[in-house]
Amino acid sequence: MADSKPPLLEVRDLQVHFPVRLADAWPWAPWGKVKAVDGVSFDLQEGETLGIVGESGCGKSTLARALLNLHPATAGSILWNGQQMVGASKADWMAVRKDIQMVFQDPLASLNPRMTAGQIIGEPLRIHRPEMSAADRANQVRALMDRVGLTAQQVNRYPHEFSGGQCQRIGIARALILQPKLVVCDEPVSALDVSIQAQIVNLLAELQKDLGLALLFIAHDLAVVRHISQRVMVMYLGRTMEIASRDALYSAARHPYSRALLSAIPVLDPEIERNRSRQLLAGELPSPMNPPSGCVFRTRCPIAQEQCARHVPPVQTDADGHSHACLAP
Amino acid sequence: MSATQSTENAVLLQVHNLQVQFATNDGPVYAVNGLSFALEQGETLGIVGESGSGKSQTALAIMGLLARNGRATGSVVYQGRNLLQLSEQQLNTVRGSQIAMAFQDPMTALNPYLTVERQMTETLQLHKGMDRQAARASAIRMLDAVKIPAAASRIGMYPHEFSGGMRQRVMLAMALLCEPAILLADEPTTALDVTVQAQVLALLRELQKDMGIAILLITHDLGVIAGLCDQVLVMYGGRVMEQGSVAHIFHQASHPYTRGLLGAIARIDGQGGPLVPIAGSPPQMGQLPSGCPFAPRCAWVDGLCDTQVPALHDIAVVPSELALRYPAKRACHRAAALLNMGPSAGEAHG
Repeated sequence: MADSKPPLLEVRDLQVHFPVRLADAWPWAPWGKVKAVDGVSFDLQEGETLGIVGESGCGKSTLARALLNLHPATAGSILWNGQQMVGASKADWMAVRKDIQMVFQDPLASLNPRMTAGQIIGEPLRIHRPEMSAADRANQVRALMDRVGLTAQQVNRYPHEFSGGQCQRIGIARALILQPKLVVCDEPVSALDVSIQAQIVNLLAELQKDLGLALLFIAHDLAVVRHISQRVMVMYLGRTMEIASRDALYSAARHPYSRALLSAIPVLDPEIERNRSRQLLAGELPSPMNPPSGCVFRTRCPIAQEQCARHVPPVQTDADGHSHACLAP
Repeated sequence: MSATQSTENAVLLQVHNLQVQFATNDGPVYAVNGLSFALEQGETLGIVGESGSGKSQTALAIMGLLARNGRATGSVVYQGRNLLQLSEQQLNTVRGSQIAMAFQDPMTALNPYLTVERQMTETLQLHKGMDRQAARASAIRMLDAVKIPAAASRIGMYPHEFSGGMRQRVMLAMALLCEPAILLADEPTTALDVTVQAQVLALLRELQKDMGIAILLITHDLGVIAGLCDQVLVMYGGRVMEQGSVAHIFHQASHPYTRGLLGAIARIDGQGGPLVPIAGSPPQMGQLPSGCPFAPRCAWVDGLCDTQVPALHDIAVVPSELALRYPAKRACHRAAALLNMGPSAGEAHG
């Protein structure tokens, strides 16, 4: 983006690898590695929403966790306000986590069942602002509960007494209480019923507008991502396939994988849905233990050529800021 | 699709006033209340609803697979017999061979201890009396039909050796082995990625065309309904809120819940403007409201809604071949015309 302001978050060539013991290997054989995230780069401006989409196993959740050092990055760089966070000390991360918070996928599992809603929401304050008095803390918790659509009477209830949508509201309140600059949402609505999904999506969009938050919105539901994002990144097997502004991606995707992904989503209209031509991808996601050489998408790509097996396509940015990684012109 | 075929298709399955109750420590739970529909040969009927709407229990009740504390009343007539009154033994001659079921999660529905071959041939040996050789051959043919590559060599593998999409294909193959007349598919694509979901839906469409089976599709995804179904039932709180042809549900829906559901879904084509959520949350099935189950979340609610359960009644729609085949019905106290005027008009009335 041709913005004069430096980005809030600058990720360059980020890699997250996990050691795994190979099947049928001798105990003393060297371990293999799964390249869950393999060279991802993007910028995030203050107050911006970047959607990250991809199928299961594409590395989108690992990427989110690496941004908070929940999985340490193997290589690459994460610049937060210009500060290098890859290899940073625990104390440095502690200071930065005040500004980066996360909302998790499973609303009930991400809340401690033995703490009340008030304790859960107030816990970040206890850790990061230990000097704050209990009364001040309680006031802040109540104000925020009201803001995310919970009532003050619910402050002493335990997570199991709430519905899924309410639990997610608690998770959002917990993420917001430190007034962060960036909230990483990892599939925040995929565990919820459709009528509740809309409530949470609208709440996130509203909070973002009011508080000037930057959002990293990870989801496999492209329709929801379209709704909330300004820019969207498409990932496949740990790599970036395409990054573009929302409208450019959804109306004119340039990478064959993005096009296939978009065409696989059912349209909510029986006539259109039955009569449109659909580009079905052959086969399934290859194993991340043993990804294809060259372009990782080539085994399922409808326009793969011989060169795709030999060269890893670089992410190229066109003049209009639309980036994609494909060797085909 | 069957909608274009003649209208005198044979009714395969006639469900009338189906009720499912569970006896629990907290008292009876009424999971399904008064469900009626007819499934014709070669057609697809979709049941859509959120969690707890009773859609899965409907399928389990038809198959006689309810949990032990569950009881189904009403009638499910297949070939002149009420399935709900059959003994376990009689039921076993019908389910699996004439009415088959595909479950949501293939990893838990397949037996992890047995190879796919063992699980598939078991069905054929039991229902068709085939020997193991013949059963194996037709199992391989069926795996081929659901497009599992190298079926002959993969049939000896265990479920965990297949990917999620492949497992779902194995389960479909297993359900279709005895060439059933009816397939009950309970959220068959929910556990799958979108590109794999598109593959499985295309496969279902193709199998239906080739084998002429009727499909009862249970899902929470209206997009899947749009692509596959002829007739749709919208369920909420164990009751049918609205039913009709797929075109009616998507274009002329007149129940507040159906409308709300359509307005709450983010659309991939970017149409429909801002999301309009339905306030509140789905009901606790143990403590259903005494009136319309949707009343606590409904914007058009008035006095009658809280006390009386609305009956499902026919509504007048623009006459068409589809509307004749699948008469539109809705269960709502408020007039359909009110919905077009917005919630405030409803309040003034109530």
